[in-house]
Amino acid sequence: MSDLAAHHNAHPPGFAHQFEQVDQQRDAGTLGMWVFLITEIMFFGGMFAAYTIYRSLHLQAFETGSRLLEVQFGATNTVVLIVSSLTMALAIRSAQIGKNKSTIIFYLILTMFLGALFLGLKFTFEWHRDYVDHIVPGFGFINRPEWGSLAPQVQMFMCFYFFMTGLHAIHMIVGLGLLTVLVTMTAKDRFSAQYYSPLEVSGLYWHFVDIVWIFLFPLLYLIGGRY
Amino acid sequence: MSTATVDIHEVPAESGEVNYLNATYGIRSWLLTLDHKRIGLLYLVSITIMFVIGGIAAMLMRINLIEPQGALVEPETYNKLFSTHGIIMVFFFLVPSIPATLGNFLIPLMIGARDVAFPKLNLMSWYIFVTGASLALYSLMTGGVDTGWTFYTPYSSTYSHSAVIAVALGVFIAGFSSILTGLNFIVTIHKMRAPGMTWFRLPLFIWAMYATSLIFVLATPVIAITIFLLGLERLLHVGIFDPALGGDPLLFQHMFWFYSHPAVYIMILPGMGVVSELITAFSRKKIFGYSFVAFSSLSIAVISFVVWGHHMFVTGQSVYAGLVFSVLSFLVAIPSAVKVFNWTATLYKGSISYEAPMLYALGFIGLFTMGGLTGLFLASLAVDVHLNGTYFIVAHFHYVMVGGAVMAFMGGLHFWWPKMTGRLYPDVWARLAAAIIFIGFNLTFFPQFVLGYLGMPRRYAIYPAEFQVLNVMSSAGASILGIGYLIPLIYLTWSMRYGKPAGPNPWGAKGLEWTIPSPPPTENFEEIPIVTEEAYNYAGTNTVSHV
Repeated sequence: MSDLAAHHNAHPPGFAHQFEQVDQQRDAGTLGMWVFLITEIMFFGGMFAAYTIYRSLHLQAFETGSRLLEVQFGATNTVVLIVSSLTMALAIRSAQIGKNKSTIIFYLILTMFLGALFLGLKFTFEWHRDYVDHIVPGFGFINRPEWGSLAPQVQMFMCFYFFMTGLHAIHMIVGLGLLTVLVTMTAKDRFSAQYYSPLEVSGLYWHFVDIVWIFLFPLLYLIGGRY
Repeated sequence: MSTATVDIHEVPAESGEVNYLNATYGIRSWLLTLDHKRIGLLYLVSITIMFVIGGIAAMLMRINLIEPQGALVEPETYNKLFSTHGIIMVFFFLVPSIPATLGNFLIPLMIGARDVAFPKLNLMSWYIFVTGASLALYSLMTGGVDTGWTFYTPYSSTYSHSAVIAVALGVFIAGFSSILTGLNFIVTIHKMRAPGMTWFRLPLFIWAMYATSLIFVLATPVIAITIFLLGLERLLHVGIFDPALGGDPLLFQHMFWFYSHPAVYIMILPGMGVVSELITAFSRKKIFGYSFVAFSSLSIAVISFVVWGHHMFVTGQSVYAGLVFSVLSFLVAIPSAVKVFNWTATLYKGSISYEAPMLYALGFIGLFTMGGLTGLFLASLAVDVHLNGTYFIVAHFHYVMVGGAVMAFMGGLHFWWPKMTGRLYPDVWARLAAAIIFIGFNLTFFPQFVLGYLGMPRRYAIYPAEFQVLNVMSSAGASILGIGYLIPLIYLTWSMRYGKPAGPNPWGAKGLEWTIPSPPPTENFEEIPIVTEEAYNYAGTNTVSHV
């Protein structure tokens, strides 16, 4: 047992007992995150498939529904998220080239701020206005006379809008939780230029959530043919 | 340890060796364990409880069907019984059965690793499973669900008055346990193999677990999103599948079977992996056509994703889609048959011995072949129109799921039980139980093929009097089958305390797991082994040495 303990003590902090080498642990973490992202693609994929089928069946109603959305909110949020991906990448790059921990923390907190800004815009401005306009299915949805016979399908579009962006928002909230953990770990000097894989794999997750939005934005906001 | 207060739980191991069972004590050391072997046992206890409850529901159904007018329950209760049986057995027993118990216990041992890649994730997936299972169980017991395990819309979303949301949420939660287990296994098999353990030296059980894990991570998210949509639709009375909103209930079926057909292979592929191990060990022979068996697992996993439409031949999907799905479904027969022929060829000129695990393996080959061949009937468009929704379907998938998956699970459990517990079970009882299960199983389900062919529909509490003889046979068989499952529960529990010590390799089998003590130490291997030979290198070990 003492040999075993000595063997393990030779490794840096954060090294888990089930691995033989540091490289192996890093590779396992990265592969694990990629596999997880594949499950996420299948998860959102089911929703995107259902959306695609119904959009082809009810094109006119979906365009009507899309025109109900406020494109300026969606566009602003798209920019906010893309910038947050940049700051996330900068945080990882800072760790990689051995910058001091305050730089890493700065970029992480900036990323968190942008993520929170996204959610703030979405919840307090956009969804609130949708509620006031009575276009939230299940919560005081009121059909408008100008929709005519398309009204049920317009409601279905709004269902997709709230389900898809809601699911995306849940992933953003999880991402903010991950970033909080990363800030704490960075503050405790857990990362170095040799070991920063939690930063790297969390970055993969953050970029993935951004990419989902890149697909959601045109499919929900821009199909109305207004521009 | 003080000698004055010797607690009964603190008796040191007989051999005096420290192993994963006696390294630490107390309930906390189990509930917070990160050891893959202990987590495997936690799963074993959980799924056994689920199996017993699902089995009781089945027994009540069979009692009711003794008489044409229903001997026991109201039709509404009967609907809840078959839904309970299906939901528990599929989502909470069969899907996690072999992967989460034997897979968790064996994968690191077989590839020469100290643990899975993410032990904390492994424990978390057990807690997720228990949460989902408890929620589903509670809702099934207090309210019940009458939709069947398939939750078809619009009945489930609009009309059913039962606890659909709560049970579906339980299934949804348990799904994440499958996803995390699959993720953990994929990374473990890729990154944790011992030096020299190349892909083509892996035991075939590992190949089967790898194929299963691929389905876990690719298919389970789709059922999650489907249930999510169903739940929201029912909760908020808005919809995606509701025809009144321009939705299509068939889309639910497409999305449901996109998961649930591959899930059939989640249930059978691990069983095929177990049987490959058992056949070689008790024939004392290298497997015939290693790479064919390995790649047939992967091709079954791949094909499983493109055959879901064969569940929907009579739903009004396009005839051309039906044709394509029919052809693709026939394709599954090829890799499945490759396996059966290779196992049979392995038996040829082997030194076969008939210990209990081997009896289960041979039972598997026969029953799976029947289940598979009757599947071809159902993949044929015209024949399926006649057989769809009858007891023929019920018999077919029970031959695959019970005759296949459960037989393999029992065989695997008996094979590795000495490794898990360090104890031998009474061999005579084990062989007897295997025989009783085989007889009881066939008596239960063979009459159902006939019933279905004659036109008796499934999921009905009552039936025309002309079907009574076959139904009574089936119910009689079910009681024999029930006793058959009860016997191992008793002697395996008994053996944990009173069984003879097993020694490291009671079967004289090959594989890294048999090179270490039984039960294994917490770290599995004192030194990580270096692998220098192929799997199943039985040449020169033709003599069976029993302990």
